[in-house]
Amino acid sequence: MNSAPPATQPHLAWKAPLASSALRDPHRSRLQELEALVADGRRISCEEALYLHDHADLLTLGRMADSVRSRLHPDPIVTYIVDRNINPTNVCITDCGFCAFYRSPSDPEAYVLSREEIFLKIEETVKLGGRQLLMQGGHHPFVLSDWWVELLQDIGKKFDINCHALSAPEIDHFAQVEKRPVEDVLADLIQAGLGSLPGAGAEILVERVRAIIAPKKTSTDRWLEIHRKAHEAGLRSSATMMFGNVETAAERVEHLSRLRDLQDETGGFTAFACWNTQPKGVPEEHKYPVATTPALYLRVQALARIFLDNIANLQTSYVTQGMRMAQVSLRYGANDFGGTMLEENVVSAAGCFNLTSIERIEHLIGSAGFQPRQRNSWYGIVDTRHGQPAWPANREQAATHSAAPPHRRESAPSLGLST
Amino acid sequence: MSHTTTPEDSLMKSAFAAGIGAQAEKVLAGQRLSREDGLALYGCDDIHLVGGLANHVRERLHGDHAFFNVNQHINYTNICNKLCRFCAFQRLPGQEGAYVMSPEEVGAKIREHLDKPVTEVHMVAGIYPKLPYEYYLDILRAVKDARPDIHIKAFTMIELMQIAARARKPLKDVLPELIEAGLGSCPGGGAEVFADRVHREGYHLKNTGDEWIEMARTVHEAGLKSNATMLHGHIETVEERVDHLDRLRLLQDETGGLQCYIPLSFHPENSEWSHLPGPTGLEELREIALGRLMLDNVPHIKAYWIMLGIPMAQLALSYGANDVDGTVLEERIYHEAGATTPQAVERFELLRWIRDAGRIPVERDTLYNVLWSEDLEAQADCAAGAGAPSSP
Repeated sequence: MNSAPPATQPHLAWKAPLASSALRDPHRSRLQELEALVADGRRISCEEALYLHDHADLLTLGRMADSVRSRLHPDPIVTYIVDRNINPTNVCITDCGFCAFYRSPSDPEAYVLSREEIFLKIEETVKLGGRQLLMQGGHHPFVLSDWWVELLQDIGKKFDINCHALSAPEIDHFAQVEKRPVEDVLADLIQAGLGSLPGAGAEILVERVRAIIAPKKTSTDRWLEIHRKAHEAGLRSSATMMFGNVETAAERVEHLSRLRDLQDETGGFTAFACWNTQPKGVPEEHKYPVATTPALYLRVQALARIFLDNIANLQTSYVTQGMRMAQVSLRYGANDFGGTMLEENVVSAAGCFNLTSIERIEHLIGSAGFQPRQRNSWYGIVDTRHGQPAWPANREQAATHSAAPPHRRESAPSLGLST
Repeated sequence: MSHTTTPEDSLMKSAFAAGIGAQAEKVLAGQRLSREDGLALYGCDDIHLVGGLANHVRERLHGDHAFFNVNQHINYTNICNKLCRFCAFQRLPGQEGAYVMSPEEVGAKIREHLDKPVTEVHMVAGIYPKLPYEYYLDILRAVKDARPDIHIKAFTMIELMQIAARARKPLKDVLPELIEAGLGSCPGGGAEVFADRVHREGYHLKNTGDEWIEMARTVHEAGLKSNATMLHGHIETVEERVDHLDRLRLLQDETGGLQCYIPLSFHPENSEWSHLPGPTGLEELREIALGRLMLDNVPHIKAYWIMLGIPMAQLALSYGANDVDGTVLEERIYHEAGATTPQAVERFELLRWIRDAGRIPVERDTLYNVLWSEDLEAQADCAAGAGAPSSP
């Protein structure tokens, strides 16, 4: 029985190259040149990145990304951090259509966590050896920098744990509502104990894309400006990308390029992480009719590892990709398993905690051929198995040196500089 | 550019660097790998290289094409007396959740999906000794009554053993009657790991490896095609895996009746072996690759997405697999073992995964005849009657 092809194909913004085209000229020769160039430790341009994105097969990209990872991290170590996700509030007035988490201020499900609730979560985390609180909320109209300053101070008095908290759009929100410069907001937060800044809210750093998916959110330039100022003020931050929505392949590369340029300037990014948009159940699901498939995740992650030669660490995203894929991604450029996200994983029953997430992560890293090691927020290895004291051990140590990997070779003159 | 090296050159270069140069030479020359070669490939740290070699073989056999079909599953009973320690699906008679479908219910399951372009039913189940021989003939007939043009791929070797026992006849005399009732081919499940040690420790009430091979031979001699599997990632050693693959290869040399090899990942959840971790993603990719490299005489390697999950199945297409199985309506066995994949997938979704993996989707029937393809070349092949690459 013959079945007819479907009458209409779903619209595809981008089509994966047929894998065999990488085996034949002209692509074969060009890909070999690029692979040799990357193996030599040189920088690729935006055009070259786009070429790889559009023409390389997955195996080639994986091999190239793996070679970059092993050049930047010669010791076979994959790190992760014992941390907990705390979202102090879900109230947000930025209304991003891809976000299923936020509630408007008057929504019955809107919440702001009390101090007691937050402290209980922190106590559990510290008991489990947690080293980081990933704290992010929405853009609450009344929960502003003074609320956060107090929270950071209170945490600092009671606990020995780093607050990896807020994000560029949240800081922008404070500055706007409080009508004062970003520098002042940052200075207050740092003074109160903010230890490092997550890279959230970058989405795609291209205005055309932001106008469609997050029109009310911080602009590209402003996002980068806030990270620059954070770096200048002695904070280290991470960088992210949420791809697979309305952006083109060229816009993915543009995003990476903006990050690489800022990193050349400041050296303040410790790590990069990316994931594809998860459109199921979000308010504007209609804008994302076709969810991207996991093969694209590996493609983009590998490309990011190859392109971002000045960002030392690349984090996998097991929360969005699942544990199996996350493990495989360790051979596609990632050298960090991210956080244990105890908020999601801790099973707290009768006061006993379940540490399967940590055991599982260690097993997956080990069976990929790496040694699992716990790190802190600044990618210093804090593991007793490591046999050396952690460095950097804190915010101040981290600020004394560039987080960019040393000894990067400049691009060859004939290849052109990235834009 | 004239100075560039061929993909084969690059593979050879990395292979010598990784200490598997001899094996890579054989693969590129199309020569058979020995058991020792298999062990060397299992031991090679460089998954990109092992995957690249397997992908080279896949490319040679199948080019850009990746197969799928539109199928449905029926597990007619979950009652079983074999007590295999890896299994989360089995129930004892009278145990909560135990069920047997009547032939009418089996027919009704087929009728439920008459509006979908289903070409195959995959029908496997537990061993419930109370079922008479007639029951097996009746469920085949019930399927054919409900949907005459459907292909029935049914009964693993242990089920065939039971059916023959209930018929009080040798298997070779039973098969023509099953074929008469509608049996079209046999699935590959239940091969587990052939080694006697693993059989003793894990599933000693089930048929042995030798018995499996012997029955598969009988099935092929009766004119039926079958698939083959290996359940990996529990207590078996690497040597035992290589032994398993080698024995499949020898059987295939003899009969040519195997269409497809499917590495199955052990899922620990809800089984007696739930303390074992089960295979990781990279180990699953390696099994796909080793299957492709060792089984030089089996035409197809399947990445069974129900078990691997969509991400790994997609990726497996670059590590030696050329088939992702089908739309699968109502999978139960792996879902009892905690599989979190959907129990079915729409046809257009399958097409999308295959395309995003850099392959051209080709719909096949159970016997790998091309039914539809996005690519005109494959459709032409289909019109010309050329099916899948043939095995010797």
